[in-house]
Amino acid sequence: MTLVVRDSVTMLGRQLRHMRRDLSTSLILLAVPIIFLLLFVYVLGGTLGDGLDDGDGGRAAYVDYVVPGILLITVASAVQGTAIGVAMDMTEGIVARFRTMAIARSSVLTGHVLGSLLMILFQLTVVLAVALLIGFRPNATAIEWLAAGGLLTATAFALIWLAVGMGLAAKTVAGASNMPMPLTLLPLFGSGFVPTESMPTALRLFAEHQPFTPIMETLRGLLMGTGVGVSGWVAGGWCTAITLAGYAWAKRNYDRDRTR
Amino acid sequence: MIRGGGTLRRMTNDSSVPAIEVTGLRRSYGGQVVLDGIGLRVPEGTVFSLLGPNGAGKTTMVQILSTLIRADGGVARICGHDVRREPDRVRAAIGVTGQFSAVDSYLTGEENLLLMGRLHHLGRAAARRRAADLLKRFDLVEAAGKGAAAYSGGMRRRLDLAMGLMGDPRVVFLDEPTTGLDPRSRRDMWDIVRGLVGRGVTIFLTTQYLEEADQLADRVALLHHGRIVAEGTPAELKQRVPGGTLDDVFLALTEVEA
Repeated sequence: MTLVVRDSVTMLGRQLRHMRRDLSTSLILLAVPIIFLLLFVYVLGGTLGDGLDDGDGGRAAYVDYVVPGILLITVASAVQGTAIGVAMDMTEGIVARFRTMAIARSSVLTGHVLGSLLMILFQLTVVLAVALLIGFRPNATAIEWLAAGGLLTATAFALIWLAVGMGLAAKTVAGASNMPMPLTLLPLFGSGFVPTESMPTALRLFAEHQPFTPIMETLRGLLMGTGVGVSGWVAGGWCTAITLAGYAWAKRNYDRDRTR
Repeated sequence: MIRGGGTLRRMTNDSSVPAIEVTGLRRSYGGQVVLDGIGLRVPEGTVFSLLGPNGAGKTTMVQILSTLIRADGGVARICGHDVRREPDRVRAAIGVTGQFSAVDSYLTGEENLLLMGRLHHLGRAAARRRAADLLKRFDLVEAAGKGAAAYSGGMRRRLDLAMGLMGDPRVVFLDEPTTGLDPRSRRDMWDIVRGLVGRGVTIFLTTQYLEEADQLADRVALLHHGRIVAEGTPAELKQRVPGGTLDDVFLALTEVEA
């Protein structure tokens, strides 16, 4: 057990070094949610805000509405880095070396997961800071903030495992970087940018039942005090399900005979 | 024994457990037989070279012996440990340098070695000492602080081998260690391998270069279509065909059914 912890810490250290050396990738992935945020708030927000439930809230109301969706885009964009990192490891031969060493096998993936998690928490902090700067005004209590942080961490954890699975399944690094792309757009096809009621029926049904919507609704409820209701449970369920599926997929791909 | 002071020094040990012992090893990939009943025995402290044309199954052999993949049948033991049943014992005894260098391009040469040190659970001071020693032996002192991505082919290969030595292995697998290197780098690599033998390490070397096997190996086995078609000291093999060079042996024995 201590061996597993020790090797995992070593691999986490390796991962943090990688991220420091490859800051440009992290910065590009961080730019995605910030661009979405500025675009939607400043270009579209004035009009979209007036269309929200309360009537003529304009841009100020829209910032408050859109932040949960932006936070999910932050996570979805960041896990692209996870998939790329895992795929690079697999194609570079270093993992083959690790496999010929008497170390805890899982530590390679644990290093990726923990490294990505720290990176995403950092990116979420940056994006939240930008949101606050441009007028996001949450009214959450300390406990609600804590719950929101917990849910974001759980979401990040789930999507990271999914991305690890993608990175292992991809044949090339380029392939691995494309696979998580749809996740970045998924908040748009949910309640992230406009209420689902305004969508045509087929799209609305998808939007209301896709995994990101309950997560965004829960975040909105926690941060803006609009009530969480049953979304909280559904969100937790989705996070658990995605984590388990992603983990199982990653494990199966990782254990597979990877010789050419 | 022409070569290898290591062999002579280790002769007394010859009755002990062989460094590598393989019997009846088989492996196929989707219906295609790659290894078809391989048997071999490598005494401790000697250099064994597996020679063969591209696609003969040399890499597959190394992958099985280094616990990367499983054989379909047969038994392989490294220092007495079964590769299938005690993979971690085997892993603790070996160092591997593959055909495709397995270094971490984001890290510097020194960081790569220290990473290996941590994974071998060496103490900080011991790891630093060993890393410094290997950097010096492998002529990487100047490049130690540079990112491995900027290394030349020869430097990468030397770093790769150094990484495989951080754990002080008893058996070292070198899978085509000089493929793609220029003549100078190849000579350097040979000197390094000879140095290892001097320290009593057992070496399992695959190569497609006959000169390399001739220069380094105590015993050579020729792998062709998944079978060992000839085995012996380089001198013994050369006597088997007219012409008397390993080239002649290689061509004579691999042409038959090709």
